Order: sequence, then structure tokens, then C-alpha cells
Amino acid sequence: MPIESIFPRLEPLLPRVQKPIQYVGGELNSQVKDWDEAQVRWALMYPDAYEVGLPNQGVQILYEILNERAGTLAERTYSVWPDMEAVMREHGIPQFTVDGHRPVAAFDVFGISFSTELGYTNMLTALDLAGVPLEAADRTDDHPIVLAGGHAAFNPEPIADFLDAAVLGDGEEIALAITEVIREWKGEGRPGGRDELLERLARSGGVYVPKFFDVSYLPDGRIQRVAPNRPGIPWRVDKHTVMDLDKWPYPKKPLVPLAETVHERFSVEIFRGCTRGCRFCQAGMITRPVRERSITTIGNMVEEGLKQSGFQEVGLLSLSSADHSEIGDVAKGLADRYEGTNTSLSLPSTRVDAFNITLANEFSRGGRRSGLTFAPEGGSERMRKVINKMVSEDDLIRTVTTAYENGWRQVKLYFMCGLPTEEDEDVLAIADMARRVIKAGRDATGRRDIRCTVSIGGFVPKPHTPFQWAAQCDHETVDRRLKALKDELRGDKEYGRAIGLRYHDGQPSVIEGLLSRGDRRVGRVVRAVWEDGGRFDGWTEHFSYQRWLACADEALADEPVDLDWFTVREREEVEVLPWDHLDAGLDREWLWQDWQDAVDETEVEDCRWTPCYDCGVCPTMGTEIQIGPTGRKLLPLNVV
Amino acid sequence: MPEGPAPAPVIHRLRVRYAKRGRLRFTSHRDISRAVERAVRRAGIPVAFSAGFSPHPKISYTGAAATGVASEAEYLELGLTEIRDPARVQAQLDAALPDGLDICDVVVVPPGSGKPSALAERLEASEWRVRLDGVAHDDAAAAVAAFLAAGTVEVERLTKKGRRRFDARSAVSSFELDRRASEAADAPCAILRMVVRHTTPAVRPDDILTGLRQVADLAPPSPPLVTRLAQGPLDAATGGLTDPLGPDRASPERETAHAAGDVAGAERSDVVPSADAVISARS
Ligand code: B12
Ligand code: SF4
Repeated sequence: MPIESIFPRLEPLLPRVQKPIQYVGGELNSQVKDWDEAQVRWALMYPDAYEVGLPNQGVQILYEILNERAGTLAERTYSVWPDMEAVMREHGIPQFTVDGHRPVAAFDVFGISFSTELGYTNMLTALDLAGVPLEAADRTDDHPIVLAGGHAAFNPEPIADFLDAAVLGDGEEIALAITEVIREWKGEGRPGGRDELLERLARSGGVYVPKFFDVSYLPDGRIQRVAPNRPGIPWRVDKHTVMDLDKWPYPKKPLVPLAETVHERFSVEIFRGCTRGCRFCQAGMITRPVRERSITTIGNMVEEGLKQSGFQEVGLLSLSSADHSEIGDVAKGLADRYEGTNTSLSLPSTRVDAFNITLANEFSRGGRRSGLTFAPEGGSERMRKVINKMVSEDDLIRTVTTAYENGWRQVKLYFMCGLPTEEDEDVLAIADMARRVIKAGRDATGRRDIRCTVSIGGFVPKPHTPFQWAAQCDHETVDRRLKALKDELRGDKEYGRAIGLRYHDGQPSVIEGLLSRGDRRVGRVVRAVWEDGGRFDGWTEHFSYQRWLACADEALADEPVDLDWFTVREREEVEVLPWDHLDAGLDREWLWQDWQDAVDETEVEDCRWTPCYDCGVCPTMGTEIQIGPTGRKLLPLNVV
Repeated sequence: MPEGPAPAPVIHRLRVRYAKRGRLRFTSHRDISRAVERAVRRAGIPVAFSAGFSPHPKISYTGAAATGVASEAEYLELGLTEIRDPARVQAQLDAALPDGLDICDVVVVPPGSGKPSALAERLEASEWRVRLDGVAHDDAAAAVAAFLAAGTVEVERLTKKGRRRFDARSAVSSFELDRRASEAADAPCAILRMVVRHTTPAVRPDDILTGLRQVADLAPPSPPLVTRLAQGPLDAATGGLTDPLGPDRASPERETAHAAGDVAGAERSDVVPSADAVISARS
């Protein structure tokens, strides 16, 4: 039965909302496949506003891969702004996809990509607007399978009650595997209904179905045990790792929106995974090992992607892009190829030590000289040892000096506040570092217009990292330290004016902490906040700490646990953590040892260049480090 | 630190009429300029760039229809570093743009008359079609008559410079209910047509609707569907508009004879020229 587009009903309402173009679809390279020709249909969601969600690589990749398959269809949907939500409720318009404007409830799978936990309330809005019951337990065979992916899915427990399933890790292969399971089950006439489908998915060990696991608690509130509650369901759920990125050169046809979005460029992932071992970084821990895309594939992807999109900028994406074994040749090759075409290259996530000026110069050959950003993360040498960010202040000064000598006038420095073992002086050390940076710049150039911007984020301990046991710093302490730093810089007559300081107050981090390390009981808080009007928690203007606080108090009133228990409490080694049954491959004992090493200020090397130190990932997941060099070079393009 | 050679200069200018149709009427002016920049790159059209640290392509736009308003007659000008056949540019650019942003006409700006402002000056007035769903023909006709009978119709609107009051009547040079189109429409509605001079502050179709509400209590139940049908010099004799690209087309200095573009100037108020019609007329 064809599913009708809701667009005719939506169109007359669009003049009433802000930025209506975001609900219209029709992006270059988007597609609307025939509904009836597909047996398996995915609605993919990035649970934030269109302008943030559209550029998301994860969703674009899955969208393209699924649509390439005959008999499979994928469309996209994003969070609607509150003005649109009100209009939709008034006129009974359901959550729709922007491709075919089909109601989300009509699809087989509703796949949601969580790169941050702050999208949880937005998921509830979408489910509710879609007419899909919020709690998985209330859904019938007619409802889509609600499936979470992305980094936050490594601990989906706070939203376990709302999810039918979750997938850990790279989505390319597992999305196709799930599709085939659904196709087969539908082809057989849906035997056993929804329950059997979920069971077929769960039995493989590659899809987590929360309802097949029971959680029991100790009287003091800690988890006693998480165990499968039916036969045939494995005790642990594995993450997925794509082992040959050259075989998966997506996106090939990047989506080009009409609306303005946060990223107006074509991004190519040049590798996945990172083994630098920064202890605060969940992304680094859960995406191991490093898998590089070859220089040749990168070159081809850039060529094809630019042709298909008309973008003017290429971003080389990864967790630490300058670490690619052939980054120099990649940068030079691309800069040569696109010389004189007004195409600029950018390299997000540069490490201080991996940076070199030749590279930076290649990247600015395209015309634009963007700012330079470095992330020492910790202000003092001691702090950097704790977090395993192995960069010395002298390294940094050397690097910025070269940058200033080469014409840059401004650098940006990223730090975190509230790190484990942090003291006031660790944060104040940021001021010293910034002063040295300015001084180095002035000495090197003889100019006064040298600037540096210090940007500080609140640290949130994340699952599957050595800091998963750590107490999160309370927001009063974070705010006090940041204020002290600000006063210190303000009072500095010589350098203060050359240093910009950017930070947020500490409260939102507390809620992020609750959602990051929460267990299933936190689901009640999420629901209460949403029912009270909570939306778009990643946006300062929408986020309400007071609301979260009040809802947490109320929703957890009958439990021996509260907001503090989930956030500022340090855990012991033996405590069962809510995500212990979800396997990122990291050996729990290794993580614990790394936590102890952190407290002892002991650093650990990168296993790309030193022997394997048995973090556990490779043997558990059957993976290995894949790096170059390949020795190949990018040849000039033939201009047609 | 200016580096590298100076950018290639503009040696060839093209003027382009494009339409924004259907759901793409919800694009803003900025959305369109991004889409055009990308389309130009994808189509390989050699647009010149400005010098400096953030070079931008030499594409200039004349006053664009508001977000939500459809148009058959928007104009832009491209500065090229090489000579290109306008018919090919039209086909290539149209293919590279999303459906709904359609290129209708491309003419060469004759050398010597290439001031970008020259085109903007020719756009003296716009012809609009406004579809009001759920409004009875007689009510609409009465409102139009009352509006035309009034000496002035003061309306108020929030402009960039704050709240302003101005007369919406004097800019209107013709205004009527299009009964034939209204009756032929797929749903009960009243379709209005008007020619409005470009003034400061601009009098927009919604200002005129505000005026209709004031003079005749006309309150459409749903938002109007507004389409700009044409822009151009006002013909004093007929009260209608002429083709603003006509002078470029007529110029003796034109090297190539892609003259079929005249379709665009003809009989605007009856047929809405479609891009397809223009292209096929040429091939
Ligand atoms: C580009 C980028 C941004 C951009 C663009 C975001 C966007 N619209 O996509 C901007 C600048 C806006 C941004 C903002 C933020 N970002 Co960011 N960002 C990145 C970056 C550099 C690349 C992300 C990416 O495209 N990865 C590649 C894609 C292919 O991976 P993926 O999305 O994970 O998708 C794969 C799988 O997860 C899976 N998958 C994903 N979704 C789904 C869904 C289903 C159903 C299935 C089956 C599978 C699946 O399949 C995909 C293909 O394998 C990463 C670092 C990195 N290299 O990953 C940080 C990163 C993701 N960002 C991060 C953070 C913290 C943020 C912010 C919260 C920062 C802030 N404090 O404001 C905001 C949040 C914005 C928001 N509301 O979503 C962190 C995440 C922290 C964590 N989990 O530990 C990262 C890892 C950086 C870091 N090291 O700290 N970010
Ligand atoms: S198992 Fe060894 S080689 Fe693999 S990521 Fe861990 S430390 Fe590196």
C-alpha cells in the first residue's frame, strides 16, 4: 500500500514557521525511492535541528548505503523546532521524513544516531509526534523498530526503555545485516511478530535488545547484575568494526542542502579510531584500533565528492588528522590538484606534536588561512600526565612560535576543566601557558597584534574510558576555578588583552554526566523532563538545569540514588557498571590499570608506534591496526 | 600576506533570469546564492573570483523575492573569465541546480554596457499573482475595487529600520481579480494580479493584503500563495512590464544569435514561461 506524502498538508503551514526550507527536503543527491518496491524501509534520524543534523556523516553514510541496495529504502528526519512542533500538534501532522514526507511510523526501522546524549529528549518528541508509543513495551507489530546507533549508544541504558534495540560501533555492515534479517522475517510472513524479529537480531550478539536483559539492584542502589532473560541471548553485545575503509568510500554523493547548516564542506574520514590514549576521550577508546583510508582512496573520494556537491571546502576528518601516516603527501597532493580552483582544505583535530608548518602551509594554499587550533586539554604538565595528553609546554611554544613566524596571528587553545585530581593551580596554569604563547608570538614577530583564544569545556567522565570510575567535578568547583582563571587574565596588564577566554558554566556538564553514566532508572528522569517541556538540551537557550534538577529529584525519589550518586560519586573496581555487558573490546582490567596510572601520573604510549600494550580490543574484536604508508602519491587530475 | 597570482579578470558577463518554484519558494536569498555558487562549480562555469583572503565568486543578484514567495522572474549576473555560449550555460546551470530553481533565460551583456547596476535600474516594477485559498471571488473583487478607489491606504510593517507606516496604494499601477484563473483553479480560491512599482520602503504583496483587510475586511483563512510573474521597466502606454533583458538582446554588439529568449518578454500575464519551453525553443 503506498504511503502518502504529508507535504500537501504541511505546505500551507510552512509560512508560519521559522526557516521553513529545513522541512522541505530536495537536497542535491537526496532521493525518494518507490515505497512499494522496497521490502525494508529505514527512517534515519539525527536528533537535533536540521542545520546540525544534515551534515552528519554517520547518517549520510547509512542513507547512501541503504539506498544503494535494491529493495531497501532510507529516508531522513530531523528534530523540528518548537514552533513547528506546535503547528504539527495543532494540525495533527506526524513526524515526517524530509525526503518523501512520509510518516516515520510507517517505516520498518526508526534508526536514531546519537553522537551526544543531549539528544535524548528530542528522540521522545519525535516518537510522540510520530505516534509511536514512547515505551518499547507498549509498541505493537505495527510500529517501527526503534534503533539507536552512534557513540552514545555505547551506554544506551538511560534510554533503554524507549529503545527496541541499539547498535555499537561502525554502522555500515550491521545496518545491511539488520536489513537482511528484516527482509527474511517479512518474507516469511512475520512469524512470531515483533518479539521474534528482535530475538533474531539479538541472537547474533551484534544487536543489543534491552528488554532481553534484566537489571537487578543491590539495596544501596548499585547494580547487582545485568543478565539475559531468555535462552539464546548472548551475555555480551559486541561492537562493530569496519576493517577496510577503502571498501567503504562513503559518502560518495554528499547531501548538499539548500538551507544553511553548521558544516558547509565535503568531509572525508581519513581514518577511524585513535590509539593516542587520551584518557578522557570516549571516542578514542571505543573506536580502536586505527584504520587508515589509503591516500589513493582519499584522493578519489575528494575528487568525486567535490564533483557531486560543488562544495568549496574539503575537510579531512578523523580524531587526530595529522596522525595519518601519509598526511603530508595527502595535503600536498590535494593542494596541488586544487591549486587555483578556490577550493580550500581544512584539517580539524590537529595535535600539537603532530603539527608541522609545512602541513599548515599546504592547507592554506587554497586561499583561505583559517585559524589554528591546538588542544593541550590540561593546563599543567601534571594534569596532562593524568589525562595522557603527551605534549609538553615547550612543544606547544615551539609550535606556536613557528606558526606566528609563518604569518598566523591567532591561535586557539582548547582545555578542559574539572578533570580527575585537578586542583585550582592546574586551571590557573592555563593562564601561564596563554601568556607564554603571546610572549612567544610577540618575540618571534616583533608585533603586538598577536592573539590567542582559550576555550574551556567542562569535563564529563564517559563510559568505556579509564575515567568511567571517576567522580565528576561538581559544578560549583568548576565555576569557581573558571572565575579565578578569568580574574587572573583580566588582571594581567601585559598580556590579558591579547587573550580571549571562552567557557560555559558547569551546570550542563552535570546533566551530560547523568546521561552518560546513567542506568535504566535515569530513563524516568529523561521522560519527566521531556513531559515538562524539555527539548533541544544541547542548546543553551533551551536547556534548563533547574528543570533537570527538579525532575531528577522527583523521578528518583523512591530510589536510593540521586543526581549526585550518578555524577560526583567515585566508583570502585568491583561495582557493576550499567554498560559492562556492552563490549567495546577494551579489557576491563586494562582500563582499571589505566585509571590507576592516571592517578599516578603515569603515561602510556601510542600502540601504533610502540608494541601493543594489550588494551584488549584487537584480540577481542578480531581486528588489527591498519596504517600506511602505501608510498603512493596523488597524481594531477586531468581537467575535462 | 597576499600570495599567488592575481585572480583572472572578468571578460564576459551574462545576465540570467531564473525561477524559484514549488517548494523551493521557501529558500531565502542566502540559500539561493549558496546553491548558485555550488551549481556554477559543478557545472564548470568559469566564474571570476575577487582577490583577497576570502575570495568570492563574482555573481551579483538583484532584489530577491522574499522567503516563501515563488518567482518566475529573478535576476542575477555572472562575471566570467572566459567566453561562454549563453544557451549552454543555461542548460548546464539548470542541470546543476535542484529542481525548482530553474534557469529560464541567459543573455550576454554587450561589452560596454556591463555595469551591474544597469539591470537593477531596469527593474522598475513587479507583476505579482496572489492566490487566496478559501476566498470568494466577489469578496475579493469588492476588496480590490475598494482598494483602488481609496486615495491612500496606510499600512504598517516591521522593516529593518523598525516599525514603519507607509502608503501601499500609490505604488500599485494595476490590480485585478483574475476571474478566469480563479475559476479554473483546483480548489475554491481567488487569484489576484497586480503590478507594483519598486519604491522605498518596498511595497510587498503582503502589504497590499494588509491594505485589503483594512479597506474591506478581507481576511483569507490561510496564508496567500504569492508568485512574482515578471519584473522590468514599466510600459507607460500599457501599464504592463517589458522584458528587462530586451536591451541586452537588442544590442547590435551581440556576437551570437540566441534570439529565441524573447519568449520571456511576451504576454507575461497569460502564460508563465517555463524553463523547458525556453530551452526547447532554442534547440
Ligand atoms: C564533525 C564533528 C562535529 C560537527 C558536526 C556534527 C554533525 N552534524 O555531524 C560539529 C562541529 C557540529 C560537532 C559538534 C559537536 N560535537 Co562533534 N565531532 C565531529 C567529529 C570531528 C566527526 C564526526 C563524524 O562525522 N564522524 C564520522 C561518522 C561516520 O561517524 P559516526 O557519526 O559515529 O557514525 C558511524 C557510527 O557511529 C554508526 N552510527 C551512527 N549513527 C547510527 C545510527 C544507527 C541506527 C546505526 C545502526 C549506526 C549508526 O555508523 C556510522 C558509520 O560507521 C567527531 C570526531 C570523530 N572523528 O568522530 C566529533 C565528536 C563526535 N564530537 C563530539 C562532541 C563532544 C561534540 C559536541 C557535543 C561538542 C559540544 N560540546 O558542543 C557537539 C554536539 C553537536 C550535536 N548537537 O550533535 C565528540 C563526541 C564525544 C564522545 N562521544 O565521546 C567527538 C567524538 C569529538 C571528541 N573526540 O570529543 N561535532
Ligand atoms: S589491542 Fe594492542 S594494538 Fe590493538 S588497539 Fe589495543 S593496544 Fe593497540
